[in-house]
Amino acid sequence: MNLAFRDIRHSLGRFLLTCFGLSLLLGVVLSMIGIYRGLVEDALTLARSPQADIWVVESGSRGPFAESSRIPGDTREAIARLHGITATGAVTYQSVEARHGGKALRLYVVGYEPDRLGGPRQIVAGRTIARSHYEMVADARTKLSLGDQVPLGRNTFTVVGLTENQVASGGDPLVYLSLRDSQELQFELAPPAARRAMAGNGVISTTDTVNAIIARVSPNVQPATVTAATQRWKHLAAMTQIEQENILTRSVVERARKQIGLFTAILLTVSAVIIALIIYTMTMDKLREIATLKLIGAPDRTIIGLIVQQALAMGVIGFAFGALLITAIKDYFPRRVILQPGDGVALAAAVIIVCVLASALGVRLALKVDPGEALKG
Amino acid sequence: MGSDKPQPLVETRTISKRFGEGDARVDALREVSLAVYPGEVVGLLGPSGSGKTTLLNVIGCIVEPNAGWMSLDGEVVYDEGWRRSDLRRLRLEKIGFIFQFHNLLPFLNCFDNVAIVLNLAGFTPLAARQRAIELLEYLEVGHRKDAFPAQLSGGEAQRVAIARALANRPRIILADEPTAALDSERAGIVMDLLRKVAAEQHAAVLAVTHDDKIYDRLDRVFDLRDGRLGEDHEPKVGGMT
Ligand SMILES: Nc1ncnc2c1ncn2[C@@H]1O[C@H](COP(=O)(O)OP(=O)(O)OP(=O)(O)O)[C@@H](O)[C@H]1O
Ligand SMILES: [Mg+2]
Repeated sequence: MNLAFRDIRHSLGRFLLTCFGLSLLLGVVLSMIGIYRGLVEDALTLARSPQADIWVVESGSRGPFAESSRIPGDTREAIARLHGITATGAVTYQSVEARHGGKALRLYVVGYEPDRLGGPRQIVAGRTIARSHYEMVADARTKLSLGDQVPLGRNTFTVVGLTENQVASGGDPLVYLSLRDSQELQFELAPPAARRAMAGNGVISTTDTVNAIIARVSPNVQPATVTAATQRWKHLAAMTQIEQENILTRSVVERARKQIGLFTAILLTVSAVIIALIIYTMTMDKLREIATLKLIGAPDRTIIGLIVQQALAMGVIGFAFGALLITAIKDYFPRRVILQPGDGVALAAAVIIVCVLASALGVRLALKVDPGEALKG
Repeated sequence: MGSDKPQPLVETRTISKRFGEGDARVDALREVSLAVYPGEVVGLLGPSGSGKTTLLNVIGCIVEPNAGWMSLDGEVVYDEGWRRSDLRRLRLEKIGFIFQFHNLLPFLNCFDNVAIVLNLAGFTPLAARQRAIELLEYLEVGHRKDAFPAQLSGGEAQRVAIARALANRPRIILADEPTAALDSERAGIVMDLLRKVAAEQHAAVLAVTHDDKIYDRLDRVFDLRDGRLGEDHEPKVGGMT
């Protein structure tokens, strides 16, 4: 006869209500972990999507994401001639605000040359950019649909393709334009003084400016040897893909990452305390029954079993409900929530450990109870 | 001890128990010595606060005395090196409790409240089932076996508690006003049952009672006054039928 199960069945409503409350709490914890994962993942999507090995940017800059970087567009040809380079692309990056359907739309514009590196990695609907002007591939998170017309600067662009989960580190969805269109947009949107400076600068031509050159390196060449080779150009700096990813996670999203990380830690602590309190009061409520069990000669393990099994049942059911709940609603979050099985397993393990520790407290209390307690009217 | 008498099932020598210290000190038991033999049904009488419940609790291994010696069914309880788990085993194997308040487990139905003792004592599920049903029917609560304690009347709950106390065929049955919640007919049935158990299982029954309707079912009576035990005597059958 399993006493834990009998007791739960006898006051099922109360038990389920407790489990439900716990599942909400654990759901929040899980979503917070998911938000943290999403933040890091989103920060890296932009740098990972071109599948580059090398980033070439303006010298002294940690661009193009952490700092601004402007280099001449013809740099790409020079880089392409380096030993070991298999593919290259010139890219621009820029945040813009557009209006569509009467609503403001924050976009992160990626300009690339349609037949070179830097374009959308995977198109889920429509096609990639085919004409050199006025076509756009947008991420589904913009809520734009194929065929939508979006004014950007002086021109209007037609959505010809859609991607999924392509966002910049700030969470703005990506749109892809041809390099020419994006360069024109950058020039139009720059403040007048900067525009004059760009036009008057002898080194950088008015229109052919890009933010970075990306390159792929043949598998039998070390990316580091290629970045070393770019040192001959004093106005350029180069970094490997790994260095670029480190810049993004360590500096661009560092504060946000720490903020959410710390909050997740606080939430975990609070949950642990709440679980412990629930289990402790659950035991307190049963002291009389526990005294009766002792009175009729039940061994300690029967009493320990009752407490520990109920604590574990509550933890497991609460966690399972919470995980289901958050899986069901995660796509409604404005930013990506990534639930990794490993995180779920770790949280489940933490919950079980907390349950066991808290029930140890309850067990201590229960074993001290005098069987005579049961006789008090 | 006379060689003609069998070994007592319950024997206490100069047991004392006090609660509290200083002004709040209460001497609930003062040097109580008694012996109860197999097959006997003994009454424990005395005014309120005289220590009757305390004495049952000490004999039942629920309350530890401050001084004195005690043996149950030949086993010295507080000998050197006694352990809490010994008390638990004695409660499970040798003692059946019937208390003023029924003390059933609220989350088990009547059947399981009886069967749990049998489970703990190592009965097979089938044997436990048969014995539990048999006891409940004997106490006329068989039809309520699926009900939970909260759904029972006071008398029904008391009878289920008695079934639980008798389940493991204990040799020592301690009853604190077992018939207080019952009408006189059922009180008689319960006392007859206890007498039968005492006779068949060579058990000793020690019952606290104020109920003069059951005096004629007692073999001997002890009087307790301010924690002191008087001489035992035949029950005075006074104002009863
Ligand atoms: N746990 C306790 N703490 C302090 N004093 C106690 C405790 N239990 C009993 N007493 C005291 O010991 C004395 C004897 O109590 P006991 O319960 O044994 O009396 P009783 O004869 O059973 O009375 P009643 O007929 O009213 O049930 C009383 O004065 C009571 O106040
Ligand atoms: Mg009493």
